[in-house]
Formats: sequence, C-alpha cells, structure tokens
Amino acid sequence: MDLTIDVTDADNQSTVWLSGEIDAYTAPQLKEALVPLTTSEGHQVIVDLEDVGYMDSTGLGIFISALKSAKEHNSSIRLKNLQDRVLRLFQITGLDDIFTIDTAIWGGNK
Amino acid sequence: MGNFEFSEMRVPAKADYVGIVRLSISGIANRIGFTYDEIEDLKIAVSEAITNAVDHAYQEGDNGEVSVGFGVYDDRLEVMVADHGGSFDLNDVKGGIGPYHSSESVENLREGGFGLFLIDALMDRVEINNHDGVIVLMTKYLHENGVGLDDDQISATQ
Repeated sequence: MDLTIDVTDADNQSTVWLSGEIDAYTAPQLKEALVPLTTSEGHQVIVDLEDVGYMDSTGLGIFISALKSAKEHNSSIRLKNLQDRVLRLFQITGLDDIFTIDTAIWGGNK
Repeated sequence: MGNFEFSEMRVPAKADYVGIVRLSISGIANRIGFTYDEIEDLKIAVSEAITNAVDHAYQEGDNGEVSVGFGVYDDRLEVMVADHGGSFDLNDVKGGIGPYHSSESVENLREGGFGLFLIDALMDRVEINNHDGVIVLMTKYLHENGVGLDDDQISATQ
C-alpha cells in the first residue's frame, strides 16, 4: 500500500511515473514531488498513472493543487495512461473537463 | 431486515491505517459476492469516510481512534465509520460537496470536498449523524445479476 514516484527530466519536460496506491497516506509525498515541478514557467509535466491501481479524493486534491500551481506559473500538466477505475473518478467528479487527460491507452493492460 | 453478521475494527485515527481498513472491506465485500467494480466502489467510499475521520481528529489535535463496523445482511452490506472527536458543522461540510461544474474557475477549485460527494455517488444510501463525534453509515445493496450464484435452480429441475 505504498506509492513509488520516479521522475525523469528532459529539457522543458518532466515525466512522473507513479506506481501503487494514492490515498491519504501516500498523498503528501506525491504533493511534495509533483507540485514543485509545476513552478517553473513553460515547464511541461506529464504524469503517467498506468501502475496506479487505487486512487481516492485525496489524489484528486493533489492533482488539483498541481493544476492550480501550473496555471499560476504558466506551466502545464497532463495525465496519461489512467486505468478505468481512476479515470472514472475524474469523470464522476466532473474534473475530466479541466484536466488534460490522455486517454489513448485507458483501459490499460491489466 | 432479518439477521445480520457484524464485524468491527478500531484503528488509530492515522492515515497509515486507511489502507488496512480498505483491505478489510475488500475481503468482506468479496466474500459476500459483490462484483469487482462494486468492491472498488466500496474501497473508495470507506477510505473517504476514514480519511474524513482522520482529518477531523488531526484538526482537533487528538490521537483518537476510528471505529469501523461492517453489517452483512442477505441483500446488502452496511458500513459504519465513527470517530469520537468533537462535532463539526455538518452544514458547512455539506455545503462544500458536489461535482465540479465547468462554470467554476480553476483558481476557485477546492482541493478537498470531493470525499463526501464520492461516498454519496458510490454507495446506495448514506446517512450522516453528528451528535457525539461523526458517524457515517453507508449501504450498498447486492444485485443479483452475478454469474453462477443461482445455478442450483437449474440442476434441481433435472
């Protein structure tokens, strides 16, 4: 019930690879890793959620923080490879309207 | 109504324990025949309720406990989550829940507040009681369109 966070950086882009579960226990470490990436102007942050099997509203809260920070600092954030269940959470809450979600592979490979 | 089986667990009001309760609800829901998607719904709803209780305890500065009760009925599962902190303003909490509407600007988006909304969306019935601490009682019904559970009717006709 842990979350592993790996970040790879290239020029103006960071990719955040998440693996595990995002809940009240793991959300603080995600916030700490993710939000600072959005504070440099023009930076592009991509979050890969392919290996996230569980997420609840604490995860939504972190992504909202990151999105707000991105707007404020003129950077961008996009989410990709969401499993069905995680994508559904964005849909139920209507947040899929404001996030850039790359749904090309949703449904995933599990 | 009818008979039911009741299990209860008490955990420290700490985020570390949300996942442990989630494993328990998963086990109970699986045993009584909920589908994969329903079990995932239950995991989120129960986690949201515990997270609320943990946040509540944290704000109160106490190191309390959260009680979780599981009532297994023939046709449904009831989950009760109770913290023992002081009461909070329920109307305040209710006023802050709901889905995002595209008319709201991102700047005004709240980072919390989706928890109770999700519990309501994912469970069939939710009651919140706010007298001595907060009790969330949520119910999910078993739908009998599962696979293979009623197979014995077929063999009986032979």
